[in-house]
Amino acid sequence: MASAANRRAPALVVLSTVLVLLWLVIAAFPFLWTLWGSFKVQGDFFSRADWMNAIWGTHTIAQTGNAFTAQGYYGAWVQEGFWRAALNTGIVVFFTVIISLTFGTLGGYALARSGYRYAFWLLMLALVFRAMPHITLVSGYLMPFFQWNLWGHLPTAIIVLVAINQPFTLWMLHSFFLNIPKDLDESAMVDGCTRFQSFWHVIVPVMWPGVITTGLFSFLLAYNDFAVTAMLLSRENQTMVPQIASFLGSTYEEGNVMFAVAAVVSATAPLFVLILFFQRQIVSGLTAGAVKG
Amino acid sequence: MPHRTFLWFILPSLLAMVLFIALPIGSVIVQSLYVEHPQVMVESESCGPFGCTSATTVDQAATRALREAHPLGRFNGLGTYLDRNHLATTEVSAAWQTATGPGDFVSRLMNLPFYKALAFTLTYTFVVTPVVILAGLAIALGVNGLPRLLRGPTIFVSLLPMIVTPLIGSLILFWMIDADGIIGATLQRIAGDPDLSLKASPALTWLTVILYGIWHQAPFAFIVFYAGLQTVPSETLEAAQIDGASRWQRIRYVVVPYMAPLAVFVTLIQLMDNFRVFEAIVGLSAAANATSLSYFIYSDLNGDTQQFGSAAATSMLTILGVAILLTPVLIRTWRDFNRKRV
Amino acid sequence: MTFFRLAGLTTAAALASSAAWAGCDIPGGDVRVLGNDYGSIQTLVAGAEACAGDGVTVSANLTTEHQSLQVAALTADPAQYTAAVVANSSIVPLLNNDLIRSLDDMVAQYGQDLNRNQMITIDGHVMAVAFQANAQHLFYRSDILEQVGLPVPTTYEEVLTAAQAIRDAGIMQYPFAMNTKVGWNLAEEFVNMYLGEGGQFFEPGSARVSINNAQGVAALTMLRSLMAYSNPDFLTFDSNATQALWESGQIALATLWGSRAAGILDDEGSTEEITSHTMLAAAPTVGGGSIPASTLWWDGITIAAHVPDADAEASFRAFMHAMSADYIAAHNNETVWLAPGYTPTPAAQGVFATANAGALPYPMLPYMGLLHTALGDNLSEFLQGQESAEQALADAEAAYTTAARAQGFLE
Repeated sequence: MASAANRRAPALVVLSTVLVLLWLVIAAFPFLWTLWGSFKVQGDFFSRADWMNAIWGTHTIAQTGNAFTAQGYYGAWVQEGFWRAALNTGIVVFFTVIISLTFGTLGGYALARSGYRYAFWLLMLALVFRAMPHITLVSGYLMPFFQWNLWGHLPTAIIVLVAINQPFTLWMLHSFFLNIPKDLDESAMVDGCTRFQSFWHVIVPVMWPGVITTGLFSFLLAYNDFAVTAMLLSRENQTMVPQIASFLGSTYEEGNVMFAVAAVVSATAPLFVLILFFQRQIVSGLTAGAVKG
Repeated sequence: MPHRTFLWFILPSLLAMVLFIALPIGSVIVQSLYVEHPQVMVESESCGPFGCTSATTVDQAATRALREAHPLGRFNGLGTYLDRNHLATTEVSAAWQTATGPGDFVSRLMNLPFYKALAFTLTYTFVVTPVVILAGLAIALGVNGLPRLLRGPTIFVSLLPMIVTPLIGSLILFWMIDADGIIGATLQRIAGDPDLSLKASPALTWLTVILYGIWHQAPFAFIVFYAGLQTVPSETLEAAQIDGASRWQRIRYVVVPYMAPLAVFVTLIQLMDNFRVFEAIVGLSAAANATSLSYFIYSDLNGDTQQFGSAAATSMLTILGVAILLTPVLIRTWRDFNRKRV
Repeated sequence: MTFFRLAGLTTAAALASSAAWAGCDIPGGDVRVLGNDYGSIQTLVAGAEACAGDGVTVSANLTTEHQSLQVAALTADPAQYTAAVVANSSIVPLLNNDLIRSLDDMVAQYGQDLNRNQMITIDGHVMAVAFQANAQHLFYRSDILEQVGLPVPTTYEEVLTAAQAIRDAGIMQYPFAMNTKVGWNLAEEFVNMYLGEGGQFFEPGSARVSINNAQGVAALTMLRSLMAYSNPDFLTFDSNATQALWESGQIALATLWGSRAAGILDDEGSTEEITSHTMLAAAPTVGGGSIPASTLWWDGITIAAHVPDADAEASFRAFMHAMSADYIAAHNNETVWLAPGYTPTPAAQGVFATANAGALPYPMLPYMGLLHTALGDNLSEFLQGQESAEQALADAEAAYTTAARAQGFLE
């Protein structure tokens, strides 16, 4: 928006700034609280006696002699080998995003350019697919996967995540491609390119912003997934979120909740980097894409 | 685009969806129409560390024969959909006939698990969806008014509720709203009521789950709308300003119409996700007061005996519910599609 | 029932013969284990893993999702796992679907050192070998009971009296807690209380439920009376929450899992004042009943049906190694072991007392899991005062009956 249209009364500026600040506090507070608490012992962070303990670290000082401790991080990463889960998550997320986007760009492009009614019905069908609760899908996979020896391997989880992710990816990329003028690729075809060639040479260079935004959502889905990865991966292939869940303990035994907290904070770190890195594209991607639906 | 080219482009995506979603949905539909064979039971003695008792067990030989003859089970038609743990048609019509008044009928209806869950699911969906859209829009407008330099970090912080693993995000919030936690204790002080508990009363539990839902989903609407704002053409806004439109009028008549298609996209995704509310209920241990269809599926599949048929029926009802909810939005999309096609 | 005393007696004999287990000398085979994910199972599996090498491979998938995986994993042919670690509730689906094999021959050949009471026998066949026990029992604060001048409660009625006394003395407003989180935990409390009242869940020899009776109402009413002394958030209390409550000194009486005792008694997360006055006792009786209102649980190993015999045998022998007296003795304090070599610890006395007072085992019936789920979903409304006990029980019965019909247990 140009600055001319954006100039406003001081009262409005104050109001909207207050609103944004309020939102930032609401959005960030639980996370900052967790970040701070991850350097305390469980007795402080989850104090039943007084939540102020989490701030002063009463038990932390009593147990470790210092107001801050990295025990949670040490426990999760060194003792419990959380790095292995991190590595698995890395693999799962990387391939899920790459494959999702490859399939999604091809499919989304076709849907945007088809012009036939069946394209619409395919999109509708994709929505129905997306409505299916994941746990039902996953429990349906178990029997065949065990029988055909597909269960427990990373590629299986990746392809399932890709499939589950396709409806959203298709929708988003389809609306993105709708906004790229048809003339671009059609003029290339007039010049003698095949459809794929014109897609490759004309569309691919301009589609990155939309793809990156869609990629962010694919990334989040794969990164935060519990239902699929917890049920379809064996112990040695386990990803971060199920491993974090296993830190929480069970009815039978107390868990290492602080390991989980530390693991969550560390699991969020790569997302920070990612968002800071792609921030401009995330915004400009949507700008070019879903905007005009 | 010719059909053949279209097919080649869509094939990988379609194949993945058909194999891993359509086929399972097909098998779920079939599964929901069948129930297990009668289990042949025999009385036998079972012993363990704590002594012996006489107990029934499944007669494997007899049951196996039945299973081999008809591996799917007994055909039950829509029986599972209509039974008491789902649509409960018999119970509902009984309640309708014998109810002493509308209040009595509603309370009997709410005693049936499906309708109780549906009540919360719909309330959640219809509160969270509009609030998320409005909040997202408001935040987007606010952030858009910030100096350029501040926008980056603001966007990044705004996304936090969406990117923290819900499993842990809700656990920590759950602790914070405990009567001894920072939010719970602060609320008690504000309300001046030492017995105030967000976890004990049904109304407050609903409120908590709904607020969590809004907090968790608002960033999604925000980021989509914020990006949308970047494309509102400045000429139109300037023209409106020159014509003497107030700021509110500019938002109402220029920005909002421009954002309408985006709002459709967000509404579509939000309605769908909110109807399937689940993590918040488990994370906040709210199941005593707030259940949802997705929670039922979870409960069916997590018991000692997994109830696949029941979970399958609930899943299909969920899809049906989503389809009904989305119909108005989809009709709009259909019109848009036809308009663009021409 | 004095099974633990019996266990103690056989220990000496077992110790003598355990030297035979130096090395596992298994001829070869593949051992693949599925089980829940906690300390004592990890220990047991580590013991089995010691047998790896020389043609024997041992791998394990210990996960909290084991229950959702086990039926599908063992139905496959060959099964994904050769052995599954189960409890008396989770063995049921494996039995129902005929997925585990009889261990009679292997026990006869390799299991001479096992205690008699480790054998889980169904219709005369050993189907599982138990290795540890657990039960909910009473935890109390001796200092606070002294303050109010009351003896250790042996009945839930006395628990109510003591809780009222503590409240009246102004020590605590909500002195009591148990695992009453809606769902599985709450259902387990009802099962405990109902059995303590002398109730029967099913009509004899059939899957027809009968809990909507005097005992059922009495059990629910007692739960509700107890909840008057529990924090109003009680419907969210799982084991983690109640342990935290106890360790922070906010409660003085609680019915908690015995497996949590060691964690509560250690110095972490609590103060000396609390841990030194934390005492364990048998679960109380209720309604004039003679047995504790609690259920006894075991965890044990089962061997998959659809695996080659060599793998089955290797799996069984690897676990026999893990249950050898030396190995158990070396890991004595981790849980209440049932295997020979175990010397009871102070943290185990609550489970012992409960078992020796004659508490019943959790029912190992094909349809018990369905009832447990139905109870978990339907009892909270009564505890919140939204409906009558009869209505809550009728709802649970109706939900169970519908589910049991779909599963083929009822016509």
